Amino acid sequence: MSSKTIFSGFGGQGVLMMGYSLAHSAMSTGYHTTYLPSYGAEMRGGTANCTIAIAEEEIASPISSEPDYLVVMNTPSLYSFQNKLTSGGLMFLNASIIDARPSRQDIEVYAVPCGEIAEGLGDIRAANIVMMGAFLRKTALVTLDTYLKSLETIMGSKKRKAMETNTKALAAGYELLKTS
Amino acid sequence: MTEKVLMSGNHIIGEAAIRAGCRFYAGYPITPQNELCEYMSEHIREQEGGVFIQSESEIAAVNMVEGAASTGARAMTSSSSPGISLKQEGISFLAACEIPALIVNIMRGGPGLGNIRPSQGDYFQATRGGGHGDYRTIVLAPATCQEMADLTMDAFDLADRYRTPVMLLADGMMGQMMEPVVFKEPKPRDYPDMFMLRGAGGGKSHFIRGLLLDQLEEEEHNWKLARKYAIIEQRETRCEYFQTEDADVVIVAYGTSARVAKGAIKRLRPMGMKVGLFRPITLWPFPMNELRKLSEKTKYFLDFEMSLGQMIDDVRLALQGYADIGFFGRPGGVVPTPVELANIIEQRYFKNNGPEKRG
Repeated sequence: MSSKTIFSGFGGQGVLMMGYSLAHSAMSTGYHTTYLPSYGAEMRGGTANCTIAIAEEEIASPISSEPDYLVVMNTPSLYSFQNKLTSGGLMFLNASIIDARPSRQDIEVYAVPCGEIAEGLGDIRAANIVMMGAFLRKTALVTLDTYLKSLETIMGSKKRKAMETNTKALAAGYELLKTS
Repeated sequence: MTEKVLMSGNHIIGEAAIRAGCRFYAGYPITPQNELCEYMSEHIREQEGGVFIQSESEIAAVNMVEGAASTGARAMTSSSSPGISLKQEGISFLAACEIPALIVNIMRGGPGLGNIRPSQGDYFQATRGGGHGDYRTIVLAPATCQEMADLTMDAFDLADRYRTPVMLLADGMMGQMMEPVVFKEPKPRDYPDMFMLRGAGGGKSHFIRGLLLDQLEEEEHNWKLARKYAIIEQRETRCEYFQTEDADVVIVAYGTSARVAKGAIKRLRPMGMKVGLFRPITLWPFPMNELRKLSEKTKYFLDFEMSLGQMIDDVRLALQGYADIGFFGRPGGVVPTPVELANIIEQRYFKNNGPEKRG
């Protein structure tokens, strides 16, 4: 097993958190993993992305020129990264704010209205976790339990309330793609 | 704590340094090593006697480190390429005064201000001394986050053992990326009081100086340093061999480029190409003999760097007359992909191993 994923979106959408939590749960599962964030002269509201590699053996390069999975949380990210995705790769798209759809026919696209679902659960900030639910449903990189444990470790005990929302958000995203 | 944690390279260096007993950090922010400054600003002060200073400049920082280390503190500074250039005077002084300290360089694209992308353009500066005068600096080049933790601790021990500045040389990618890491138990510090300036009290005055106006005295000091460097060269070389046993082609690469090389090898091996990797972990002392030994079996070596070719000088010193040497590099902050390197190796492989081995 070896995969690379790029998460991308606006700064503030929790894009780096998605990547970090995935890498953390991959580590907990016992995989080798790397997390590489974009860095540098970014501004608030600017773009953010990170690359996560997960493998059973030692990971050579943490950079991905041809990711297996792509999560796009805003329209600029869709245009920046859609052509990088490997043929047959999976794209997860934030349908709440992205109207456009990729023109490629050789990939699978999952349009997830993660914003609306999160709002329905009472907190728009959980949109990224809804997306993670959908993402884990299709990629099965780690189990939901492991992922939730990682989230809890990362967020610490102070964020009890947030964890409740996150648990619901993750399940909602997971169920969404399960039924479709 | 032997628990596995997920941390970025920059934070790992900070944590490993604190665990190793580093209690003085001075630095000035520069991308892509800012997270190390940030980590120290929060965590070194939690330690008893821990001091963090964001200095007014890189030059001030290295001189503060010299001061702190001369009193016996485990001390370090860090920066990225342009900032490390500024610190060179201080590093030369540390070497002259035989003061242990750790200098971390998270390299970025150059020359000049360059950019903030990962690069390996500071190899010459790091391994040839960098500052003025006849001196050497031990240079350690980690290729994984785990090694960043281990080598940071080892760097302090080496600095004490040889009373010399040690440089940890990594690049923007190593600093920014996160990987699982387990911090090892640091060794207890072994550094005699006689080298620390703690005030004479009632005893004889004791001082450390790098200014030796009498040329014969300075010459003797240089010979003394040279003897020390000779011992370091004999004892402290480190390297990693990766699938070199049967290799027709051996890539020589360090740090991030060694990771890329491993990725390329994993693509080439299933296609029947016998390719291996020789990875120097100490860049000075360079594992000259270890590399030359490989030429008994392998006749083609490809030096691969994220620069125009700097380590290749050491590769030539090791292999000239023993084997053929090729070079591939991308300067300016570009990290080549394993596919790109694999294509290069494939071309050279068949050129060197003849069409009969094809397929």
